[in-house]
Amino acid sequence: MAQPTTRKDWSSDQEVRWCPGCGDYGILAAIQSLMPELGVKRANTVFVSGIGCSSRFPYYMATYGMHSIHGRAPAVATGVAVSRPDLDVWVITGDGDGLSIGGNHLLHTLRRNVNLTIILFNNQIYGLTKGQYSPTSEVGKVTKSTPFGSVDHPYNPISLALGAEATFVARTHDVDRKHMIETFRRAHDHRGAAFVEVFQNCNVFNDGAFEQILARDKRPNMLIPLHHGQPIRFGADGELGVVAEPDGTLAIARVDDVGTERVLVHDESRDDPGLAFALSRLARGPYEPTPIGVFRAVERPDYGTEVNRQLLAASERRGPADLGALLRSGTTWTVG
Amino acid sequence: MTDTEPALIREEPARRALDSVVIRFAGDSGDGMQLTGDRFTQSSAVFGNELATLPDFPAEIRAPAGTLAGVSAFQVNISDHRVLTPGDAPDVLVAMNPAALRSNLADLRRAGTVVLNSDAFGERDLAKAGYAADPRHDGSLDGWTVYEIPMTSLTVRAVAPTGAKPRDAERSKNFFALGVISWLYDRPPDTILDWIESRFASRETVLEANRLAFRAGWNFGETAEIFESGYEVRAADLVPGEYTNISGNTAMAWGLIAAGQRSGLPIFLGAYPITPATDILHELSKHKHFGVRTMQAEDEIAGVCAAIGAAFSGHLGVTTTSGPGIDLKSEALGLAVSLELPLLVLDIQRGGPSTGLPTKTEQSDLLSAMYGRHGEAPIPIVAPRTPSHCFTMVIEAVRIALKYRTPVFLLSDGYLANGTEPWLLPDVERLPDIGVAFADGPNHGSEFWPYLRDPETLARPWAIPGTPGLEHRIGGIEKEDGTGNISYDPANHDTMTRLRAAKVAGIAKDIPLTEVDDQDGAEVLVLGWGSTYGSIAAAVQRVRARGLAVAQAHLTHLNPFPPDLGAVLRRYPKVIVPEMNLGHLSRMIRAEYLVDARALTKVAGQPFRAAEIEDAIVEAIR
Repeated sequence: MAQPTTRKDWSSDQEVRWCPGCGDYGILAAIQSLMPELGVKRANTVFVSGIGCSSRFPYYMATYGMHSIHGRAPAVATGVAVSRPDLDVWVITGDGDGLSIGGNHLLHTLRRNVNLTIILFNNQIYGLTKGQYSPTSEVGKVTKSTPFGSVDHPYNPISLALGAEATFVARTHDVDRKHMIETFRRAHDHRGAAFVEVFQNCNVFNDGAFEQILARDKRPNMLIPLHHGQPIRFGADGELGVVAEPDGTLAIARVDDVGTERVLVHDESRDDPGLAFALSRLARGPYEPTPIGVFRAVERPDYGTEVNRQLLAASERRGPADLGALLRSGTTWTVG
Repeated sequence: MTDTEPALIREEPARRALDSVVIRFAGDSGDGMQLTGDRFTQSSAVFGNELATLPDFPAEIRAPAGTLAGVSAFQVNISDHRVLTPGDAPDVLVAMNPAALRSNLADLRRAGTVVLNSDAFGERDLAKAGYAADPRHDGSLDGWTVYEIPMTSLTVRAVAPTGAKPRDAERSKNFFALGVISWLYDRPPDTILDWIESRFASRETVLEANRLAFRAGWNFGETAEIFESGYEVRAADLVPGEYTNISGNTAMAWGLIAAGQRSGLPIFLGAYPITPATDILHELSKHKHFGVRTMQAEDEIAGVCAAIGAAFSGHLGVTTTSGPGIDLKSEALGLAVSLELPLLVLDIQRGGPSTGLPTKTEQSDLLSAMYGRHGEAPIPIVAPRTPSHCFTMVIEAVRIALKYRTPVFLLSDGYLANGTEPWLLPDVERLPDIGVAFADGPNHGSEFWPYLRDPETLARPWAIPGTPGLEHRIGGIEKEDGTGNISYDPANHDTMTRLRAAKVAGIAKDIPLTEVDDQDGAEVLVLGWGSTYGSIAAAVQRVRARGLAVAQAHLTHLNPFPPDLGAVLRRYPKVIVPEMNLGHLSRMIRAEYLVDARALTKVAGQPFRAAEIEDAIVEAIR
């Protein structure tokens, strides 16, 4: 167990340089507040990021960190995690970094189940390049690169992660620190690749993108909190619930109309990701009731552990490394 | 089944002595020609010959059988004296079908020997190879000595006792051919028979079939009396010691393992399969007990990025690739330059651009390694010159990477990768100690500055995660000199850019001087790098044998160059640079030293023939 620390111990001496009012501040505060509670050491913690506003994150943590190149943070972090299973490795990425230029690495990191905590800041816009649509921007989005509206169909990060068979998939948002901290804690404690999408407001280039679900008065009816083992209910008095239709799709119903027994009980540990996927499709965008919390948390051997297990097994089987014997492992002959 | 097998006939016929012979085995890519050539090579190596090999196979795994596109060949030069190349022109061509004959005949030495499988010369076989008439009967083979042997039918008959179906039995015909040629050149058959025994131990029928086919081929040579006589190539006068026959890619993998042992670092290889580099991934993956982690990444970029992550964490980060992969890794290599972390990039060059010629050799990535990144991003470059030299040079590349905290390029190529040569095994205890110390405490008062440099090497400290008190953040954004904090200050960027350049340039003080094989009165210097070494050295020998004077130097360090290279070049009125590209090293030499270096270029997917270089040297002398 590490020496007790405070949030201050986890904050670097670098000035935080996001735009005033950016949602990133809240996420940074949540993670800096969480770290002392995790009982981990700064020296054993590594934050790896790609490129984009969110990717400046490692500079503000008093840990080891690398601000790498665009989209490649999951690949860099894989090298860290596999070579050093003793480290606690976090990946900080965004919707452009992790889903566009680095989409490939994210998919493969999730399917391999590399022991990483991946936090994806989704603000549905390119901020650092001053406001172009991203792979999560809605169709019709007017930006500098789409003056007539975007014609790109967006994808849903949660559906994507579930499709890649990620073992831990969750969603939280930048205005609820408590929810963020609890979600990040769960993600950190998960062995394997943990993927967390954070709805994050870019107040400069995409202000209010999540206003329809995250405004204080909207949240009760627009956020669907997922709790393992509990019926999926929301609304100020829990009057709404998620039900399975005969055709297999999920729908929202008034609990009074359908009866409590029909309300779906959330099971994040289901091996089959189908139901979690259906939950991820419940909202077509952040203007319909949207599930938040842990969609899926299942156990599967993580890549680094398996790689290192093979190394150990090879050492046990073949004994101490003998370079001389290696050089003589083919046919040899002696002259003179 | 031993009692059903004919014994090997081992009469001692009159054999004619040869000082060397070049044999090319050619057949369909499904005929097992690489294996046949490899086995012949191995038995020659154990016999004590000097040798060099040149495998030449198509990119397609199974091109349509019997077509020119599907021809796979393996050339070996065996000799009783020092061998520098696989030979300019084969003395003997073993052709398993008409396509093999057609695509290789032009290379065969005049008055050389053709041994062909006459069972494969039916009308359809001829048509597939594009022959309008049977070359055996229309004068096409005039001037060569031709031995026609019905190899397929003789093999099927020989293998009959195993009960194998004819279709399966036929597959042993490469061993029949190997038997014939082994008899013809008096190779010790036991080396091959022992190998068959262990290689096919788990497949009894195949083992038996191959053994029977080999013996039948050998006995055919002995009894058929179609050959006037056998030949012998005596053992070479090699330096005493223990030898093994090794390819460049195997030497590279073993050299990496040695570098890991000698540096005390675990190895992390991030790689994506690509010809002709993949064998290094295969080989390293077998040796996990040496602390080797190999990751087959989702793409070339992930391969190098994972290696960078491992390097950040204190491992020996390595990525292996070929041309297209180098293009993809460029941005990450720039990051490694900026992070100033040790990283090894093994580029096994092949024909380009784009997909180019995946299985053919070329040296056309030198300028890419030198300049192929945006911004000022210098990376040291080294190049081995023979297959076994890959072992030495990969250790040297690791030494530079670790000492100077920099990515290092090692440029091998398809010819070195797949070619083999006998290698005098080094004493592992005497390999260089390339150990490195991680930072373990503050270096600036009570603070740790990740970019505070060693005044001698300009290398920055390597502080790895897990070390309390040295927590720091690095990245691709320009860093403040010393602290490593983000800095957009113009003067600082100028300083940092020059520091990174000076660090790489300073490696010149730490590498060997140019080794010149000089000759009194030489006015021409032949300067080479990489795999052209053998061809150049052979050409230089031939020129000298003609009574002419010529000097040779071969660079193993291409960035930076040896510190005396400029002075060496200026000693010679003429400098010729043979290279398998359109003039990369020659451009670098001209730019760096204002010397009128002339490129001798070849991009035919094949190494230079010694004669091609010999002619150019003689012309330059006259």
